[in-house]
Amino acid sequence: MKKRQRSITRSRNKLPALIAVVFLLALWEAASVLEWVPRYMLPSPGDVVRAFVGDFGALRDNAAVTLQEAFYGLALGVGLGFVFAVLMDAFDILYRALYPLLVITQTIPTVAIAPLLVLWFGYEMTPKIILIVIVTFFPVTVGMLDGFRAVDPDAVNLLRSMGAGRWQIFRYIKAPSALPQFFSGLRIAAAYSVVGAVISEWLGGFSGLGVYMTRVKKAFAFDKMFAVILLISVISLALMALVDLLQRRCMPYAHLHEEP
Amino acid sequence: MEKLEVRGVSVSYQGKGVLEDISVTLREGELVCLLGVSGSGKSTLFNVISGLLIPDAGQVLLDGEDVTGRPGHISYMLQKDLLLPYRTIEDNVALPLLLRGMGKKQAREEAGKHLAEFGLEGTGKQYPAQLSGGMRQRAALLRTYLFSRNVALLDEPFSALDTLTKSAMHRWYLDVMGRIRLSTLFITHDIDEALVLSDRIYILTGQPGCITDELVIREEKPRAADFHLSPAFLQYKKAILERL
Repeated sequence: MKKRQRSITRSRNKLPALIAVVFLLALWEAASVLEWVPRYMLPSPGDVVRAFVGDFGALRDNAAVTLQEAFYGLALGVGLGFVFAVLMDAFDILYRALYPLLVITQTIPTVAIAPLLVLWFGYEMTPKIILIVIVTFFPVTVGMLDGFRAVDPDAVNLLRSMGAGRWQIFRYIKAPSALPQFFSGLRIAAAYSVVGAVISEWLGGFSGLGVYMTRVKKAFAFDKMFAVILLISVISLALMALVDLLQRRCMPYAHLHEEP
Repeated sequence: MEKLEVRGVSVSYQGKGVLEDISVTLREGELVCLLGVSGSGKSTLFNVISGLLIPDAGQVLLDGEDVTGRPGHISYMLQKDLLLPYRTIEDNVALPLLLRGMGKKQAREEAGKHLAEFGLEGTGKQYPAQLSGGMRQRAALLRTYLFSRNVALLDEPFSALDTLTKSAMHRWYLDVMGRIRLSTLFITHDIDEALVLSDRIYILTGQPGCITDELVIREEKPRAADFHLSPAFLQYKKAILERL
């Protein structure tokens, strides 16, 4: 288990990342303050923070809309992804029929399909949620399918010898074995859900961070533009951290150290 | 009385014979070894006995009842402990009871009762990764025991352990087996292990595998600590080597 311990100490040491971020921020501040780039085009980090604080009310209200869309879309997408994965694992014919289709859904550019969804479903939440479902169910389905297929056949046989049926094998072996892959998929899906919501708001809507972006872009308010980008990054990171937390809760055994 | 009887079992896979006319009996409280080189179909035989594989010919009888091709009667234990890493020892051991439809709480209690007997006291709430290899094998054995109570099929269960742990496990196993009246069918390719443990040894050779010989070990059990250094031991070993 030496390998695992090393990777833990490695990930715990955040100093290099911190130094890199501070260095980049300093460089950015210099580029802006010393006018290497015209100030109105590249606001300094300080300007961005001021814009963030100054327009906090609008950012918060729009973020609430975006988060709501992301949440509904993610919940539906993950639910659908789960159902697809289970059915495709249980029935090989479904796997063979649907897998190529699933891959194709991921090759469709979201920016192309979002305006169509707006035309079909209007400017309200529905088209946004549909877009998020399309982008989030895939990582969950594929992750879980991989997890199901990586199950140790010896463990399955052992349970069968004890008289376990299909459902019991699913419950005691397949589902828990696929948890790590499920959470990897969920982490990606969570990040996609926010980006998906913003893109689809950008391409047509009344409120949300994407709409806010189009407005500040038209006003050439670069500082507000950066402020909203910052907010979106923070939200995505927070969601991913939430998924990690959930994973630790659900899989306490994954963080054990082996005792001699 | 005969606990387990395998009658004339033959298995072929893709037109090639794997096992031919295998007959094995296991009496109550006995430890019988199937000794054979790898590739002689030992593991296939266990799949037949546990009901996972339907033989082309032959029958498996448990307490006189025909259980051929019917899983859920006899389970086995492999070299890999196959403890589920995401369940605590207690929940791993209780698994066969849950599969049989027992409630979660009751199954845990039942499993907990036996932990001490198998030298696993205090490990109930731990995960398999926190235990040593020997302890994990004990837990796997307890799980097998809770499933089928008095027949255990063991497929090279101790071969992944180091020599010292292995002989400690041998002593421990004979002790537990005596206390709980367990009948054991044991697969191994290790002659010394077979001689230390068995009442009888079947020798399985060839492709397709068939039983070419049966040896009765008339030595008191548990065997003396220096049995493996005695002339009698060497006599047995020589006899086996000649027949393999």
